[in-house]
Amino acid sequence: MAVTATDTHRTIEAVWRIESARLIAGLARMVRDVGLAEDLAQDALVAALERWPESGVPDKPGAWLMATAKRRAIDRFRRGKLAERKHQELGREIEAQREMAVPDLDAAIDDDIGDDLLRLMFTTCHPVLSTEARVALTLRLLGGLTTAEIARAFLVPEATVAQRIVRAKRTLAEAGVPFEVPRGPERASRLSSVLEVIYLIFNEGYSATAGDDWVRPALCEDALRLGRILARLAPEEPEVHGLVALMEIQASRLRARVGPAGEPVLLLDQDRGRWDHVLVRRGLEALECAQSLGGELGPYALQAAIAACHARARTGAETDWARIAGLYEALGRLTPSPVVELNRAVAVAMANGPRAGLELVDRLASEPALERYHLLPSVRGDLLFKLGRLDEARTEFQRAASLTRNARERTLLLERVAACAEGPR
Amino acid sequence: MRFMVIVKANKDSEAGVLPDEKILADMQKFNEELAKAGVLLAGEGLQASSKGARVRFSGGKRTVIDGPFAETKELVAGFWLWQVKSKAEAIEWLKRAPFEDTEVEIRQVFETEDFAPSDPTGKLRAAEERLRQQVTSKR
Repeated sequence: MAVTATDTHRTIEAVWRIESARLIAGLARMVRDVGLAEDLAQDALVAALERWPESGVPDKPGAWLMATAKRRAIDRFRRGKLAERKHQELGREIEAQREMAVPDLDAAIDDDIGDDLLRLMFTTCHPVLSTEARVALTLRLLGGLTTAEIARAFLVPEATVAQRIVRAKRTLAEAGVPFEVPRGPERASRLSSVLEVIYLIFNEGYSATAGDDWVRPALCEDALRLGRILARLAPEEPEVHGLVALMEIQASRLRARVGPAGEPVLLLDQDRGRWDHVLVRRGLEALECAQSLGGELGPYALQAAIAACHARARTGAETDWARIAGLYEALGRLTPSPVVELNRAVAVAMANGPRAGLELVDRLASEPALERYHLLPSVRGDLLFKLGRLDEARTEFQRAASLTRNARERTLLLERVAACAEGPR
Repeated sequence: MRFMVIVKANKDSEAGVLPDEKILADMQKFNEELAKAGVLLAGEGLQASSKGARVRFSGGKRTVIDGPFAETKELVAGFWLWQVKSKAEAIEWLKRAPFEDTEVEIRQVFETEDFAPSDPTGKLRAAEERLRQQVTSKR
Protein backbone atom coordinates (compact mmCIF):
# COMPACT_ATOMS: atom_id res chain seq x y z
CA MET A 1 0.00 0.00 0.00
CA ALA A 2 1.34 3.39 -0.97
CA VAL A 3 2.09 5.80 1.80
CA THR A 4 0.38 9.07 0.95
CA ALA A 5 1.47 12.55 1.98
CA THR A 6 -1.55 12.70 4.29
CA ASP A 7 -0.41 9.52 6.03
CA THR A 8 3.02 10.99 6.52
CA HIS A 9 1.56 14.19 7.89
CA ARG A 10 -0.52 12.22 10.35
CA THR A 11 2.55 10.31 11.38
CA ILE A 12 4.51 13.52 11.82
CA GLU A 13 1.73 14.94 13.97
CA ALA A 14 1.79 11.81 16.10
CA VAL A 15 5.57 11.85 16.39
CA TRP A 16 5.37 15.50 17.34
CA ARG A 17 2.86 14.75 20.06
CA ILE A 18 5.06 12.03 21.47
CA GLU A 19 8.39 13.80 21.12
CA SER A 20 7.81 17.56 21.27
CA ALA A 21 7.83 18.05 25.04
CA ARG A 22 11.00 16.02 25.49
CA LEU A 23 12.56 17.77 22.52
CA ILE A 24 11.76 21.25 23.82
CA ALA A 25 12.78 20.31 27.36
CA GLY A 26 16.13 18.93 26.22
CA LEU A 27 16.78 21.94 24.02
CA ALA A 28 15.75 24.36 26.74
CA ARG A 29 18.43 23.01 29.02
CA MET A 30 21.04 23.41 26.29
CA VAL A 31 20.13 26.93 25.26
CA ARG A 32 18.70 28.11 28.60
CA ASP A 33 15.78 29.78 26.89
CA VAL A 34 12.41 28.09 26.60
CA GLY A 35 11.27 30.37 23.78
CA LEU A 36 14.38 29.71 21.72
CA ALA A 37 14.08 25.99 22.47
CA GLU A 38 10.59 25.95 21.07
CA ASP A 39 11.68 27.86 17.98
CA LEU A 40 14.42 25.30 17.39
CA ALA A 41 12.02 22.43 17.87
CA GLN A 42 9.61 24.06 15.44
CA ASP A 43 12.44 24.42 12.92
CA ALA A 44 13.05 20.69 13.23
CA LEU A 45 9.35 20.02 12.75
CA VAL A 46 9.30 22.12 9.59
CA ALA A 47 12.33 20.22 8.32
CA ALA A 48 10.53 16.94 9.00
CA LEU A 49 7.45 18.15 7.15
CA GLU A 50 9.66 19.00 4.19
CA ARG A 51 11.74 15.87 4.10
CA TRP A 52 9.83 12.94 5.53
CA PRO A 53 7.14 12.81 2.84
CA GLU A 54 9.94 11.98 0.38
CA SER A 55 12.54 10.22 2.49
CA GLY A 56 10.06 8.36 4.64
CA VAL A 57 9.80 8.58 8.43
CA PRO A 58 13.16 7.71 10.02
CA ASP A 59 13.40 4.71 12.33
CA LYS A 60 14.09 6.92 15.30
CA PRO A 61 12.09 10.04 14.56
CA GLY A 62 12.75 11.55 17.98
CA ALA A 63 16.49 11.32 17.56
CA TRP A 64 16.22 12.77 14.05
CA LEU A 65 14.27 15.78 15.33
CA MET A 66 16.73 16.32 18.16
CA ALA A 67 19.76 16.12 15.86
CA THR A 68 18.16 18.55 13.43
CA ALA A 69 17.21 21.01 16.17
CA LYS A 70 20.71 20.73 17.60
CA ARG A 71 22.24 21.66 14.25
CA ARG A 72 19.99 24.70 14.09
CA ALA A 73 21.05 25.63 17.59
CA ILE A 74 24.71 25.49 16.64
CA ASP A 75 24.01 27.55 13.52
CA ARG A 76 22.31 30.18 15.61
CA PHE A 77 25.11 30.34 18.12
CA ARG A 78 27.66 30.70 15.34
CA ARG A 79 25.69 33.49 13.77
CA GLY A 80 25.38 35.08 17.18
CA LYS A 81 29.15 34.98 17.64
CA LEU A 82 29.86 36.44 14.23
CA ALA A 83 27.48 39.27 14.97
CA GLU A 84 29.30 39.89 18.19
CA ARG A 85 32.67 40.22 16.53
CA LYS A 86 31.16 42.84 14.30
CA HIS A 87 29.81 44.70 17.28
CA GLN A 88 32.73 44.75 19.60
CA GLU A 89 31.22 47.69 21.41
CA LEU A 90 29.03 45.13 23.13
CA GLY A 91 32.07 44.49 25.22
CA ARG A 92 34.11 41.63 26.44
CA GLU A 93 31.79 40.77 29.26
CA ILE A 94 28.97 39.82 26.95
CA GLU A 95 31.39 37.82 24.89
CA ALA A 96 32.39 35.94 28.00
CA GLN A 97 28.76 35.30 28.86
CA ARG A 98 28.12 33.96 25.40
CA GLU A 99 31.12 31.76 25.74
CA MET A 100 29.69 30.25 28.86
CA ALA A 101 26.26 30.00 27.34
CA VAL A 102 27.47 28.00 24.35
CA PRO A 103 26.28 24.68 25.61
CA ASP A 104 27.88 21.32 25.62
CA LEU A 105 25.26 19.88 23.34
CA ASP A 106 26.42 16.30 23.29
CA ALA A 107 26.68 15.98 27.03
CA ALA A 108 23.26 17.54 27.41
CA ILE A 109 21.53 15.07 25.13
CA ASP A 110 22.68 12.00 26.98
CA ASP A 111 21.34 13.13 30.33
CA ASP A 112 18.07 11.97 31.69
CA ILE A 113 15.29 13.78 29.94
CA GLY A 114 12.91 13.43 32.88
CA ASP A 115 14.52 16.22 34.86
CA ASP A 116 14.28 18.47 31.83
CA LEU A 117 10.56 17.82 31.51
CA LEU A 118 10.07 18.69 35.15
CA ARG A 119 12.10 21.88 34.69
CA LEU A 120 9.98 22.72 31.68
CA MET A 121 6.78 22.22 33.68
CA PHE A 122 7.98 24.49 36.45
CA THR A 123 8.98 27.08 33.86
CA THR A 124 5.73 27.14 31.89
CA CYS A 125 3.80 27.41 35.18
CA HIS A 126 6.06 30.13 36.58
CA PRO A 127 4.22 32.73 38.69
CA VAL A 128 5.78 35.55 36.65
CA LEU A 129 3.25 34.60 33.95
CA SER A 130 -0.46 35.31 34.02
CA THR A 131 -2.69 32.31 34.63
CA GLU A 132 -3.89 32.36 31.02
CA ALA A 133 -0.32 32.46 29.78
CA ARG A 134 0.65 29.53 32.01
CA VAL A 135 -2.23 27.46 30.71
CA ALA A 136 -1.52 28.26 27.06
CA LEU A 137 2.22 27.71 27.35
CA THR A 138 1.83 24.45 29.27
CA LEU A 139 -0.62 23.02 26.77
CA ARG A 140 1.58 24.10 23.91
CA LEU A 141 5.01 23.06 25.18
CA LEU A 142 4.10 20.07 27.35
CA GLY A 143 0.78 18.94 25.96
CA GLY A 144 1.98 19.20 22.36
CA LEU A 145 -1.18 21.10 21.35
CA THR A 146 -1.11 23.52 18.47
CA THR A 147 -2.12 27.13 18.94
CA ALA A 148 -5.27 26.40 16.95
CA GLU A 149 -6.17 23.49 19.24
CA ILE A 150 -5.69 25.62 22.34
CA ALA A 151 -7.79 28.40 20.80
CA ARG A 152 -10.58 25.94 20.01
CA ALA A 153 -10.48 24.48 23.48
CA PHE A 154 -10.84 27.85 25.16
CA LEU A 155 -13.07 29.38 22.50
CA VAL A 156 -10.82 32.35 21.88
CA PRO A 157 -9.36 33.55 18.59
CA GLU A 158 -6.19 31.79 17.50
CA ALA A 159 -4.37 35.13 17.29
CA THR A 160 -5.11 35.71 20.98
CA VAL A 161 -3.52 32.44 21.98
CA ALA A 162 -0.57 33.01 19.66
CA GLN A 163 0.01 36.39 21.23
CA ARG A 164 -0.30 35.00 24.75
CA ILE A 165 2.38 32.45 23.94
CA VAL A 166 4.72 34.96 22.33
CA ARG A 167 4.35 37.32 25.30
CA ALA A 168 4.79 34.50 27.77
CA LYS A 169 8.04 33.43 26.16
CA ARG A 170 9.26 37.02 26.15
CA THR A 171 8.28 37.48 29.80
CA LEU A 172 10.21 34.37 30.79
CA ALA A 173 13.29 35.57 28.92
CA GLU A 174 13.09 39.12 30.27
CA ALA A 175 12.55 37.97 33.82
CA GLY A 176 15.56 35.69 33.43
CA VAL A 177 13.58 32.76 34.79
CA PRO A 178 16.15 30.00 35.26
CA PHE A 179 15.46 26.64 33.67
CA GLU A 180 15.47 24.62 36.84
CA VAL A 181 13.46 22.73 39.40
CA PRO A 182 13.08 25.08 42.36
CA ARG A 183 14.40 23.90 45.71
CA GLY A 184 13.79 24.64 49.32
CA PRO A 185 10.79 26.64 50.45
CA GLU A 186 10.16 27.93 46.93
CA ARG A 187 9.48 24.44 45.67
CA ALA A 188 6.16 24.02 47.45
CA SER A 189 4.64 27.23 46.16
CA ARG A 190 5.96 26.65 42.65
CA LEU A 191 4.61 23.10 42.68
CA SER A 192 1.20 24.35 43.70
CA SER A 193 1.28 26.67 40.70
CA VAL A 194 1.95 23.66 38.44
CA LEU A 195 -0.90 21.72 40.04
CA GLU A 196 -3.21 24.70 39.75
CA VAL A 197 -2.54 25.04 36.02
CA ILE A 198 -3.21 21.36 35.39
CA TYR A 199 -6.40 21.42 37.42
CA LEU A 200 -7.56 24.57 35.66
CA ILE A 201 -7.21 22.82 32.33
CA PHE A 202 -9.10 19.84 33.69
CA ASN A 203 -11.92 21.99 35.01
CA GLU A 204 -12.27 23.88 31.79
CA GLY A 205 -12.96 20.50 30.25
CA TYR A 206 -15.07 19.17 33.11
CA SER A 207 -17.47 22.07 33.34
CA ALA A 208 -16.70 24.48 30.57
CA THR A 209 -17.15 28.09 31.55
CA ALA A 210 -17.98 29.09 28.00
CA GLY A 211 -19.58 27.62 24.91
CA ASP A 212 -22.48 25.32 24.22
CA ASP A 213 -20.96 22.11 25.50
CA TRP A 214 -20.63 21.94 29.18
CA VAL A 215 -18.01 19.25 29.07
CA ARG A 216 -15.02 19.06 26.76
CA PRO A 217 -13.51 15.68 27.45
CA ALA A 218 -10.45 16.33 25.29
CA LEU A 219 -9.26 18.98 27.73
CA CYS A 220 -9.84 16.62 30.63
CA GLU A 221 -7.70 14.08 28.82
CA ASP A 222 -4.93 16.61 28.21
CA ALA A 223 -4.95 17.60 31.88
CA LEU A 224 -4.96 13.99 33.02
CA ARG A 225 -2.07 13.21 30.75
CA LEU A 226 -0.07 16.12 32.16
CA GLY A 227 -0.94 15.01 35.67
CA ARG A 228 0.10 11.43 34.99
CA ILE A 229 3.38 12.61 33.48
CA LEU A 230 4.00 14.84 36.50
CA ALA A 231 3.30 11.96 38.88
CA ARG A 232 6.14 10.04 37.24
CA LEU A 233 8.45 13.04 37.32
CA ALA A 234 7.81 13.94 40.95
CA PRO A 235 6.68 10.67 42.55
CA GLU A 236 7.65 11.85 46.04
CA GLU A 237 5.06 14.65 46.09
CA PRO A 238 1.78 13.52 47.74
CA GLU A 239 -0.24 16.40 46.33
CA VAL A 240 0.70 15.44 42.77
CA HIS A 241 -0.82 12.02 43.36
CA GLY A 242 -3.72 13.71 45.15
CA LEU A 243 -4.46 15.83 42.11
CA VAL A 244 -4.15 12.87 39.75
CA ALA A 245 -6.49 10.86 41.99
CA LEU A 246 -9.02 13.69 42.03
CA MET A 247 -8.94 14.07 38.24
CA GLU A 248 -9.10 10.32 37.56
CA ILE A 249 -12.13 9.88 39.79
CA GLN A 250 -13.91 12.95 38.47
CA ALA A 251 -13.19 11.92 34.89
CA SER A 252 -14.56 8.46 35.64
CA ARG A 253 -18.01 10.06 35.90
CA LEU A 254 -17.88 12.05 32.68
CA ARG A 255 -20.17 9.76 30.74
CA ALA A 256 -22.62 9.26 33.61
CA ARG A 257 -23.09 12.98 34.22
CA VAL A 258 -25.21 13.49 31.14
CA GLY A 259 -28.56 11.82 30.57
CA PRO A 260 -29.93 10.53 27.25
CA ALA A 261 -31.61 13.87 26.46
CA GLY A 262 -28.48 15.82 27.30
CA GLU A 263 -29.70 16.68 30.75
CA PRO A 264 -27.25 16.72 33.62
CA VAL A 265 -27.48 13.86 36.08
CA LEU A 266 -26.78 14.47 39.77
CA LEU A 267 -24.03 12.46 41.37
CA LEU A 268 -26.42 10.48 43.56
CA ASP A 269 -28.71 9.74 40.61
CA GLN A 270 -25.94 8.58 38.29
CA ASP A 271 -25.89 5.04 36.99
CA ARG A 272 -22.76 3.86 38.71
CA GLY A 273 -22.39 1.11 36.14
CA ARG A 274 -21.63 3.83 33.64
CA TRP A 275 -18.71 5.14 35.64
CA ASP A 276 -15.41 4.36 34.05
CA HIS A 277 -14.03 1.76 36.38
CA VAL A 278 -10.57 1.80 34.84
CA LEU A 279 -10.31 5.44 35.89
CA VAL A 280 -11.92 4.78 39.29
CA ARG A 281 -9.31 2.14 39.96
CA ARG A 282 -6.50 4.42 38.82
CA GLY A 283 -7.87 7.20 41.00
CA LEU A 284 -8.05 5.02 44.09
CA GLU A 285 -4.51 3.78 43.44
CA ALA A 286 -3.23 7.34 43.09
CA LEU A 287 -4.97 8.30 46.32
CA GLU A 288 -3.36 5.35 48.09
CA CYS A 289 -0.06 6.54 46.73
CA ALA A 290 -0.64 10.03 48.15
CA GLN A 291 -1.62 8.57 51.51
CA SER A 292 1.29 6.15 51.66
CA LEU A 293 3.77 9.02 51.32
CA GLY A 294 2.73 10.05 54.81
CA GLY A 295 1.95 13.37 56.41
CA GLU A 296 -1.30 15.26 56.48
CA LEU A 297 -3.32 15.11 53.29
CA GLY A 298 -3.21 18.32 51.24
CA PRO A 299 -6.22 20.01 49.64
CA TYR A 300 -6.12 17.93 46.45
CA ALA A 301 -5.70 14.64 48.27
CA LEU A 302 -8.55 15.56 50.62
CA GLN A 303 -10.84 16.35 47.71
CA ALA A 304 -9.75 13.10 46.09
CA ALA A 305 -10.56 11.27 49.33
CA ILE A 306 -14.04 12.80 49.24
CA ALA A 307 -14.48 11.78 45.61
CA ALA A 308 -13.21 8.32 46.55
CA CYS A 309 -15.96 7.95 49.18
CA HIS A 310 -18.47 8.28 46.36
CA ALA A 311 -16.44 6.06 44.05
CA ARG A 312 -16.31 3.26 46.62
CA ALA A 313 -20.03 3.28 47.35
CA ARG A 314 -21.83 0.76 45.16
CA THR A 315 -25.06 2.74 45.54
CA GLY A 316 -25.77 6.29 46.61
CA ALA A 317 -27.31 4.95 49.82
CA GLU A 318 -24.03 3.27 50.75
CA THR A 319 -22.15 6.58 50.74
CA ASP A 320 -20.14 7.12 53.89
CA TRP A 321 -21.41 10.64 54.63
CA ALA A 322 -19.91 10.78 58.09
CA ARG A 323 -16.49 10.26 56.60
CA ILE A 324 -17.17 12.84 53.90
CA ALA A 325 -18.23 15.35 56.56
CA GLY A 326 -14.98 14.68 58.42
CA LEU A 327 -12.93 15.18 55.27
CA TYR A 328 -14.67 18.48 54.55
CA GLU A 329 -13.87 19.55 58.06
CA ALA A 330 -10.19 18.78 57.46
CA LEU A 331 -10.35 20.60 54.14
CA GLY A 332 -11.96 23.59 55.83
CA ARG A 333 -9.07 23.73 58.26
CA LEU A 334 -6.56 23.79 55.40
CA THR A 335 -8.45 26.09 53.07
CA PRO A 336 -11.13 27.82 55.16
CA SER A 337 -14.04 28.94 53.05
CA PRO A 338 -17.80 29.26 53.42
CA VAL A 339 -18.29 27.10 50.34
CA VAL A 340 -16.38 24.22 51.92
CA GLU A 341 -18.47 24.77 55.05
CA LEU A 342 -21.65 24.60 53.00
CA ASN A 343 -20.48 21.32 51.51
CA ARG A 344 -19.77 20.03 54.99
CA ALA A 345 -23.29 21.03 56.02
CA VAL A 346 -24.72 18.96 53.15
CA ALA A 347 -22.63 15.95 54.19
CA VAL A 348 -23.60 16.39 57.84
CA ALA A 349 -27.27 16.56 56.85
CA MET A 350 -26.88 13.34 54.89
CA ALA A 351 -25.10 11.66 57.81
CA ASN A 352 -27.03 13.00 60.80
CA GLY A 353 -30.26 14.32 59.37
CA PRO A 354 -31.49 17.66 58.02
CA ARG A 355 -31.69 19.36 61.41
CA ALA A 356 -27.94 18.98 62.05
CA GLY A 357 -27.22 20.23 58.55
CA LEU A 358 -29.52 23.19 58.92
CA GLU A 359 -27.72 24.34 62.04
CA LEU A 360 -24.49 24.60 60.09
CA VAL A 361 -26.17 26.25 57.13
CA ASP A 362 -27.78 28.86 59.34
CA ARG A 363 -24.38 29.90 60.62
CA LEU A 364 -23.46 30.77 57.03
CA ALA A 365 -26.46 33.04 56.51
CA SER A 366 -24.50 36.21 57.21
CA GLU A 367 -21.46 35.25 55.07
CA PRO A 368 -20.92 38.12 52.62
CA ALA A 369 -19.18 35.73 50.20
CA LEU A 370 -22.36 33.66 49.90
CA GLU A 371 -24.79 36.57 49.64
CA ARG A 372 -25.40 36.08 45.93
CA TYR A 373 -24.59 32.38 45.90
CA HIS A 374 -27.70 30.50 44.83
CA LEU A 375 -26.59 27.22 46.37
CA LEU A 376 -26.94 28.57 49.89
CA PRO A 377 -30.74 29.14 49.69
CA SER A 378 -30.99 26.07 47.52
CA VAL A 379 -29.38 23.83 50.16
CA ARG A 380 -31.27 25.59 52.95
CA GLY A 381 -34.55 25.15 51.08
CA ASP A 382 -33.86 21.44 50.61
CA LEU A 383 -33.17 20.93 54.32
CA LEU A 384 -36.25 22.94 55.35
CA PHE A 385 -38.32 20.93 52.91
CA LYS A 386 -37.12 17.69 54.43
CA LEU A 387 -38.04 19.04 57.86
CA GLY A 388 -41.54 19.81 56.60
CA ARG A 389 -41.11 23.58 56.98
CA LEU A 390 -42.63 24.16 53.57
CA ASP A 391 -43.33 27.90 53.65
CA GLU A 392 -39.76 28.69 54.58
CA ALA A 393 -38.47 26.19 52.01
CA ARG A 394 -40.57 27.82 49.35
CA THR A 395 -39.06 31.25 50.06
CA GLU A 396 -35.55 29.79 49.87
CA PHE A 397 -36.16 28.02 46.56
CA GLN A 398 -37.61 31.22 45.13
CA ARG A 399 -34.58 33.15 46.23
CA ALA A 400 -32.26 30.50 44.78
CA ALA A 401 -34.17 30.58 41.48
CA SER A 402 -33.75 34.35 41.29
CA LEU A 403 -30.01 34.08 41.92
CA THR A 404 -28.99 31.35 39.50
CA ARG A 405 -27.86 32.30 36.03
CA ASN A 406 -28.44 28.88 34.64
CA ALA A 407 -31.76 28.29 32.91
CA ARG A 408 -31.93 24.56 33.58
CA GLU A 409 -31.16 25.09 37.20
CA ARG A 410 -33.81 27.79 37.48
CA THR A 411 -36.42 25.40 36.04
CA LEU A 412 -35.44 22.79 38.59
CA LEU A 413 -35.67 25.27 41.46
CA LEU A 414 -39.06 26.59 40.33
CA GLU A 415 -40.29 23.00 40.26
CA ARG A 416 -39.26 22.74 43.86
CA VAL A 417 -41.10 25.97 44.65
CA ALA A 418 -44.21 24.38 43.19
CA ALA A 419 -43.61 21.16 45.13
CA CYS A 420 -43.65 23.12 48.38
CA ALA A 421 -47.33 23.85 47.77
CA GLU A 422 -48.05 20.14 47.51
CA GLY A 423 -46.21 19.06 50.62
CA PRO A 424 -43.44 16.52 51.11
CA ARG A 425 -43.35 13.63 48.70
CA MET B 1 -9.39 8.61 22.52
CA ARG B 2 -8.55 5.17 23.67
CA PHE B 3 -7.19 2.18 21.90
CA MET B 4 -6.96 -1.39 22.94
CA VAL B 5 -3.75 -2.95 21.75
CA ILE B 6 -4.18 -6.67 21.38
CA VAL B 7 -1.19 -8.97 21.52
CA LYS B 8 -1.66 -12.41 19.99
CA ALA B 9 -0.60 -15.72 21.40
CA ASN B 10 2.24 -17.85 20.10
CA LYS B 11 3.49 -21.36 20.72
CA ASP B 12 5.43 -20.32 23.80
CA SER B 13 2.64 -18.36 25.42
CA GLU B 14 0.26 -21.23 24.77
CA ALA B 15 2.75 -23.69 26.25
CA GLY B 16 2.93 -21.54 29.36
CA VAL B 17 6.59 -20.73 28.73
CA LEU B 18 7.42 -17.31 30.19
CA PRO B 19 9.38 -14.92 27.97
CA ASP B 20 13.11 -14.80 28.68
CA GLU B 21 14.64 -12.13 30.85
CA LYS B 22 15.75 -9.92 28.01
CA ILE B 23 12.26 -9.75 26.51
CA LEU B 24 10.74 -9.10 29.92
CA ALA B 25 13.22 -6.32 30.61
CA ASP B 26 12.58 -4.73 27.20
CA MET B 27 8.86 -4.94 27.72
CA GLN B 28 9.14 -3.42 31.17
CA LYS B 29 11.13 -0.56 29.72
CA PHE B 30 8.51 0.00 27.06
CA ASN B 31 5.73 -0.04 29.65
CA GLU B 32 7.66 2.48 31.67
CA GLU B 33 7.93 4.75 28.62
CA LEU B 34 4.18 4.49 28.08
CA ALA B 35 3.48 5.28 31.71
CA LYS B 36 5.88 8.21 31.75
CA ALA B 37 4.14 9.67 28.73
CA GLY B 38 0.77 9.35 30.44
CA VAL B 39 -0.42 6.99 27.71
CA LEU B 40 -0.78 3.69 29.57
CA LEU B 41 -4.15 3.25 31.28
CA ALA B 42 -4.09 -0.47 31.83
CA GLY B 43 -2.52 -3.61 30.53
CA GLU B 44 -2.38 -7.29 31.36
CA GLY B 45 -0.83 -10.46 30.09
CA LEU B 46 -3.04 -13.50 29.80
CA GLN B 47 -2.26 -17.06 30.74
CA ALA B 48 -2.40 -19.91 28.23
CA SER B 49 -5.81 -20.79 26.80
CA SER B 50 -5.51 -24.22 28.46
CA LYS B 51 -6.41 -22.40 31.66
CA GLY B 52 -9.40 -20.72 30.05
CA ALA B 53 -12.77 -21.79 28.73
CA ARG B 54 -15.42 -20.72 26.28
CA VAL B 55 -19.14 -20.60 26.67
CA ARG B 56 -20.99 -21.17 23.43
CA PHE B 57 -24.44 -19.58 23.11
CA SER B 58 -26.82 -21.25 20.75
CA GLY B 59 -30.41 -20.12 21.12
CA GLY B 60 -31.20 -20.65 24.75
CA LYS B 61 -28.51 -23.27 25.15
CA ARG B 62 -25.13 -22.71 26.80
CA THR B 63 -22.28 -25.11 26.23
CA VAL B 64 -19.00 -24.86 28.07
CA ILE B 65 -15.85 -25.71 26.13
CA ASP B 66 -12.64 -25.96 28.09
CA GLY B 67 -9.32 -24.75 26.69
CA PRO B 68 -6.80 -25.10 25.18
CA PHE B 69 -7.90 -23.77 21.82
CA ALA B 70 -6.22 -24.62 18.59
CA GLU B 71 -6.04 -21.44 16.51
CA THR B 72 -3.00 -20.05 18.41
CA LYS B 73 -2.46 -16.98 16.21
CA GLU B 74 -6.03 -15.84 16.73
CA LEU B 75 -5.88 -16.11 20.49
CA VAL B 76 -5.38 -13.05 22.64
CA ALA B 77 -2.35 -13.27 24.91
CA GLY B 78 -2.38 -9.79 26.38
CA PHE B 79 -3.64 -6.27 25.99
CA TRP B 80 -2.97 -2.65 26.73
CA LEU B 81 -5.41 0.19 27.05
CA TRP B 82 -3.85 3.42 25.77
CA GLN B 83 -5.03 6.99 25.96
CA VAL B 84 -3.83 8.88 22.90
CA LYS B 85 -4.83 11.75 20.65
CA SER B 86 -5.12 9.82 17.39
CA LYS B 87 -4.80 6.42 15.79
CA ALA B 88 -1.54 7.63 14.29
CA GLU B 89 -0.20 8.25 17.78
CA ALA B 90 -1.20 4.74 18.86
CA ILE B 91 0.57 3.36 15.79
CA GLU B 92 3.69 5.40 16.54
CA TRP B 93 3.77 4.07 20.07
CA LEU B 94 3.21 0.50 18.93
CA LYS B 95 6.06 0.78 16.42
CA ARG B 96 8.33 1.37 19.41
CA ALA B 97 7.28 -1.86 21.13
CA PRO B 98 9.97 -4.53 21.47
CA PHE B 99 8.26 -7.29 19.48
CA GLU B 100 9.89 -9.46 16.87
CA ASP B 101 7.83 -11.95 14.85
CA THR B 102 4.20 -11.22 15.44
CA GLU B 103 1.31 -9.02 14.48
CA VAL B 104 -0.28 -6.71 17.05
CA GLU B 105 -3.70 -5.23 16.59
CA ILE B 106 -4.94 -1.74 17.49
CA ARG B 107 -8.65 -1.20 18.05
CA GLN B 108 -10.39 2.00 19.00
CA VAL B 109 -12.58 1.96 22.09
CA PHE B 110 -16.11 3.38 21.88
CA GLU B 111 -16.66 6.58 23.84
CA THR B 112 -17.53 10.28 23.64
CA GLU B 113 -20.85 9.61 21.90
CA ASP B 114 -22.01 9.69 25.50
CA PHE B 115 -21.07 13.31 25.94
CA ALA B 116 -24.18 15.12 24.85
CA PRO B 117 -24.06 18.89 25.10
CA SER B 118 -26.15 20.43 27.80
CA ASP B 119 -26.05 22.88 30.65
CA PRO B 120 -24.91 22.08 34.12
CA THR B 121 -27.57 22.02 36.74
CA GLY B 122 -28.01 19.82 39.72
CA LYS B 123 -24.68 20.60 41.27
CA LEU B 124 -26.69 20.76 44.44
CA ARG B 125 -25.73 17.41 45.80
CA ALA B 126 -22.60 16.88 43.78
CA ALA B 127 -20.71 18.32 46.66
CA GLU B 128 -17.17 17.84 45.46
CA GLU B 129 -17.91 19.46 42.16
CA ARG B 130 -18.80 22.73 43.79
CA LEU B 131 -15.77 22.49 45.91
CA ARG B 132 -13.61 22.06 42.88
CA GLN B 133 -14.80 25.39 41.50
CA GLN B 134 -14.28 27.06 44.81
CA VAL B 135 -10.74 25.83 45.19
CA THR B 136 -9.93 27.00 41.68
CA SER B 137 -11.44 30.42 42.04
CA LYS B 138 -9.94 31.02 45.44
CA ARG B 139 -6.37 31.19 44.25
